[in-house]
Amino acid sequence: MSIPNQSKISAQHVNVWYGAKQAIADVSLDFGQDHVTALIGPSGCGKSTFLRTLNRMNDTIAGAKVEGDITLDGENIYSPDMDVVQLRARVGMVFQKPNPFPKSIFENVAYGPRIHGLAANKPQLAEIVEKSLRRAGLWDEVKDRLTESGTALSGGQQQRLCIARAIAVDPEVILMDEPCSALDPIATAKIEELIHELKGRYAIVIVTHNMQQAARVSQRTAFFHLGTLVEYGATSDIFTNPRQERTKDYITGRYG
Amino acid sequence: MSDIAVAPPTSSTPDRVPTDWRTPEMQRRIRRRYGAEQRFRLLGLAAVILSAGFLAVLLVTMVMNGASGFLQTRIALPIDFPSAGLMLDPARLHGPGADLALAGAGIERATDAAAITAFGKDGDKWLSDGAWLNVREAVKRDPAILRGRSIVWVPAADTIDVAAKRQGDPAAEAIVTKLQAAGAISTGFNLPFLTASDSNDPTRAGIWGAFKGSLFTMLVTLLIAFPIGVLSALYLEEYAPRNRWTDLIEVSINNLAAVPSIIFGLLGLAVFLGTFGMPRSASIVGGLTLALMTMPVIVIAGRNAIKAVPPSIRDAALGIGASPIQVVFHHVLPLALPGILTGTIIGMARALGETAPLLMIGMRAFIASPPARLTDPATVLPVQIFLWSDQIDRGFVEKTSAAIIVLLVFLLAMNSFAIYLRNKFETRW
Repeated sequence: MSIPNQSKISAQHVNVWYGAKQAIADVSLDFGQDHVTALIGPSGCGKSTFLRTLNRMNDTIAGAKVEGDITLDGENIYSPDMDVVQLRARVGMVFQKPNPFPKSIFENVAYGPRIHGLAANKPQLAEIVEKSLRRAGLWDEVKDRLTESGTALSGGQQQRLCIARAIAVDPEVILMDEPCSALDPIATAKIEELIHELKGRYAIVIVTHNMQQAARVSQRTAFFHLGTLVEYGATSDIFTNPRQERTKDYITGRYG
Repeated sequence: MSDIAVAPPTSSTPDRVPTDWRTPEMQRRIRRRYGAEQRFRLLGLAAVILSAGFLAVLLVTMVMNGASGFLQTRIALPIDFPSAGLMLDPARLHGPGADLALAGAGIERATDAAAITAFGKDGDKWLSDGAWLNVREAVKRDPAILRGRSIVWVPAADTIDVAAKRQGDPAAEAIVTKLQAAGAISTGFNLPFLTASDSNDPTRAGIWGAFKGSLFTMLVTLLIAFPIGVLSALYLEEYAPRNRWTDLIEVSINNLAAVPSIIFGLLGLAVFLGTFGMPRSASIVGGLTLALMTMPVIVIAGRNAIKAVPPSIRDAALGIGASPIQVVFHHVLPLALPGILTGTIIGMARALGETAPLLMIGMRAFIASPPARLTDPATVLPVQIFLWSDQIDRGFVEKTSAAIIVLLVFLLAMNSFAIYLRNKFETRW
């Protein structure tokens, strides 16, 4: 498969089992530093599972077993020396359903920097919160009500709050697991715009069901089917000139 | 839109007959449905009314029987101090030697003598056995009364007290009528009932000792059962691997919650008194025993509350690099706390009303002074109620009901506090 510039995360021969069932079979993928990479494929093809191996969120699922090498800047994230807690700060994650903490908007964003000791004092913390909310395009909407509960926001605002929360700890990679599937088109457009702005600063990997979305936001696209990686390449190539028959059938809507 | 709706079905296939919603059978079905709905509502209403009725009957009976327990009949006893023959030096009544001086003064004999003088033969039997204590207090409060004749209000004897509240035998009723005519009898709030401890004499028996015993016992129970219960629940839900051992532990805890309480009493007797040699009848042993009983309830409620915290919150916290312990203490526990507190209320309320296990560890002893330390012999409210309900003296009937009222108030206060705490945590998000 084609190797993008300066690969940030590199996965080699990854297998994942849930108990006896194999969810991912021999997937090798490199993610570029400056790219948005989209993972597409029909339901149950293992794209979310694969995403969750990249920050070891699969560790929390009983019976999940991961094999193969995944490196972040050349460092094996499954080695015993790797601190999982720090890894998850470096590789942030945005989930399918907006899941703000039932705390104030400020606390939602401040929580990460606080537990990682990223702010020396209160003004500095407030600065990080403001910067993160600005970067997530939410500042103007919430600056007057930072003490209100994060769960009181609309769905799209909640999801941007979750993105602000993820970037507040200054990660190197952001994983997004179908971040727009619970949102209306306008909120989706805002998130996509946001992804454009975040590109380059963070390596972004996004799982999506929506092929138009993959075409709009990503530079690289990986097509998964039945737990295997079928095709990986530049997004424009995948959508206009797929090499594999299965890819072509999927993006033309033959199945999915 | 409406055009389409009214338009007759033109292209209906012959095998599809439109459903007739107006056949008698349909009508019957509708009536049956409404009937079932109605019956269910009435049954539910009846159930609510029935349980509310039982509660009302219970409360009304308790208040009616127990209210008089908070009242005390007093008799005005005239005492001519100079002729009472008290061996007392008024000069010594000021300062630290006062109690000693009063102890040897023969006040009890003088009180009896004064009663006989005032009310005739058997007059001393009209007064409570502890009447002289009131005389002593009166002298202590104002030594000046020793110089002349004065009237001291003292508690009436049990029989008079009962008769004055219109429940007594004819002889006592006659005495009450006589005293009433003389204006020498009155009824007032029975403060000693709330400040004194158990006594053989119902006019002097109080609830304070048992109340304090309950307080100590509950404190020990809460301090042991709550942290251990919550930590067990957290460990089992968040850390323990799912295997045969944890299944076994889960089954054991569920069974433990259903074990009859007297068995916990036997366990406490064997372990705390037998093995560890802790003091008999002490509130710390009672608290530990009740903690054993309460813990499973807290563990079960805690686990359910923790399970109910949405996994998305755990994911969110883990996803920004919170360690497992941070996830637990920053997110899971605060969200589960209202549920845990509900379980704790139920467990503590059950522990507060428990009698059987405490009988096994000797908390049924006659305790005439309130416990000062956790290791002092003590009794608790339900045991006190049990003991008083067993007494032959008629005066204890109303004391029993009054003690039940005190127990219910204690329970209500404890629950209100817990519910206040729960609501406080709930509104936080």
